[in-house]
Amino acid sequence: MNLTRRQALITALSAAAVAGILPRSASAQSLEDAMAAFTGGAEASEGGIIITAPEIAENGNTVPVEVEAEGAARITIFAAGNPNPGVVTFAFGPLAAVSRASTRIRLAETQDVVVVAEMADGSYQMAAQEVKVTIGGCGG
Amino acid sequence: MISRREFLQASVAASAILGASGTGRWGRLAAQQRLMTQDDLLNMEAVGNVTLIHITDIHAQLKPIYFREPQINLGVGEVNGLPPHVTGADFLDLYNIQPGSPEAYALTYGDFEALAAQYGRLGGLDRAATVINHIRSERPGALLLDGGDTWQGSLTALRTNGGDMVRAMNALGVDAMTSHWEFTLGIDRVTEIVENELTFPFLGANIFDSMWDEPAYEPYRMFEQNGVNIAVIGQAFPYMPIANPGWMFPDLSFGIREARVAEMVEEVRGAGAEVVVLLSHNGFDVDRKLASRVPGIDVILTGHTHDALPEPVIVGNTLVIATGSHGKFVSRLDLDVRDGGVQGYGYRLIPIFSDVITPDADMAALIDAERAPYEAELGEVLGQTANTLYRRGNFNGTWDDLLCQAMLEERDADIALSPGFRWGTSVPAGQDITKEDLFSATAMSYPNCYRTEMTGEFLHVIMEDVADNLFNTDPYYQQGGDMVRVGGMGYRIDISQPQGSRISDMTLLRTGELIDPATTYTVAGWASVNEGTEGPPIWEVAEAYIRRMGTVDIPPNQSVIVTGG
Repeated sequence: MNLTRRQALITALSAAAVAGILPRSASAQSLEDAMAAFTGGAEASEGGIIITAPEIAENGNTVPVEVEAEGAARITIFAAGNPNPGVVTFAFGPLAAVSRASTRIRLAETQDVVVVAEMADGSYQMAAQEVKVTIGGCGG
Repeated sequence: MISRREFLQASVAASAILGASGTGRWGRLAAQQRLMTQDDLLNMEAVGNVTLIHITDIHAQLKPIYFREPQINLGVGEVNGLPPHVTGADFLDLYNIQPGSPEAYALTYGDFEALAAQYGRLGGLDRAATVINHIRSERPGALLLDGGDTWQGSLTALRTNGGDMVRAMNALGVDAMTSHWEFTLGIDRVTEIVENELTFPFLGANIFDSMWDEPAYEPYRMFEQNGVNIAVIGQAFPYMPIANPGWMFPDLSFGIREARVAEMVEEVRGAGAEVVVLLSHNGFDVDRKLASRVPGIDVILTGHTHDALPEPVIVGNTLVIATGSHGKFVSRLDLDVRDGGVQGYGYRLIPIFSDVITPDADMAALIDAERAPYEAELGEVLGQTANTLYRRGNFNGTWDDLLCQAMLEERDADIALSPGFRWGTSVPAGQDITKEDLFSATAMSYPNCYRTEMTGEFLHVIMEDVADNLFNTDPYYQQGGDMVRVGGMGYRIDISQPQGSRISDMTLLRTGELIDPATTYTVAGWASVNEGTEGPPIWEVAEAYIRRMGTVDIPPNQSVIVTGG
């Protein structure tokens, strides 16, 4: 599978019935609160999600992240270290061939990108990957 | 013949069984205290039907050089104490190499001055050409693969924008290369070379267009040797826009992209590859981890971290080959490929002892012609050095101590920072420092020596950030350089701690006082990745200092205290 960016955009458009940006609350919210708001307080089990993101961000202002969770109805990306952790929720309708979407997010500092998926049966899966935001300049 | 199963089980320490395939020659030759002959260096019992020749991280060194291997090269987490994180006497014990032997000189730092006087310089592309041509005469169709960091690192490469190296590597008959410092020539020059000058493929499966996230370079090339289909996948340095100035190649994105590597392996296997080679500039620990996670790679020809190992490190079903740097070594890897897979191998890391290998006449003439316009400049004597100047080592080296001292004095700074590069040749104690020597330690495209103000708090953030690039326990989060070198300031580092907790007791050496987080200090440094950095090139700063000193005497650096290793 070698999705080009253009193909990915088309895929996302056709697959995602609704792709809404989460509303930003006036005050900072904890990751736990944000996740609980998405899951309604239900526990999420580990696994079932593929996160494709750089280990070290080339530019913390625009970090490419792709998420995929087979059979997911909704997928939310959280940036654990940002003032407002909720970044985006992708919703996939019954006609979606794959539950996969990609976007670019801003990361203020080194942190975990946490992804939670709501499955068709109402259960929740989660996964996390650390993305490092570095000053850089001394490799060689 | 070693069976596939046996060779997969062989560990690096079990050198006895590897003797059957040529590696044991190290042990036999190591018993000799004289320089071996050209025949000794070239002899290898041929194995199988495929031969790969690897050279990497030449850093534009056309001529033989001195290069002192590191004294300190620490590994953290799972790789603590594993090659290549083994140095000095431990390295000699591990590989059964006699102290004081030519191999000990080539591979370790011990007795460097005495052995340098005895065994001379290593490398030189004209000598490498002799070795490569010999292997090709024995093994027609052998593939020559260059791991990159080829077009940068010398005065002549700087003056010709990498042109001298491109012409030399074309003449050497390279079959494919990958890249890192190449991109510091700027994207326009890279494009010009790749499209118009290079006579072989420039591979990089992990280089993407940053706007559309589409592959920007040819990811792999299929070759055929003795009827065997071989795929060579290129993997450029993953952290190019982070460790080097991204503004010089603004439309490119890199990264390890493990899934992409796996996808390429599947693709080439599907296309009939019986041998899959990853020509990599990931760095050793990254490649070791990659080998453990991506199935189907037979050989990783690794680069970037400048390690030279006399035997492959075997990870699962993958041979990881580390060929050193600066043209000191050429690797020959023979593979026995039958029934659709690799059944056995023979390996030799060939040290290029310049005094006993006859230069190839054509390559020697090419090198002379490339250097002729710059000969007077190259040979200009700037001063002498009382102690050996070298760079490699996790925390400091005398070359960077010299550069830091030059910056402190010539730029009137409290603290000086010199990047933890791993390239740069050595100057043995008592010798002249020529302009060529200085440029071999500094020649690059963003050399400006800045002078700025930083708070103690920000200095601490920088030190912690760089330390994590080196000592993060997950290799995928390492960038592969050494620790930033510091002048005018001492510190303590506990490498076993997480980021934010490694660096303590930062001390201004001039006063002996602890660095105050709120106080502002004058800091000089070079090789900033920021666009528009102002200041004279570092080689002008260093030249002024060396000329003023006459004889440079850099004492051993006692101002970094390391624990947790």
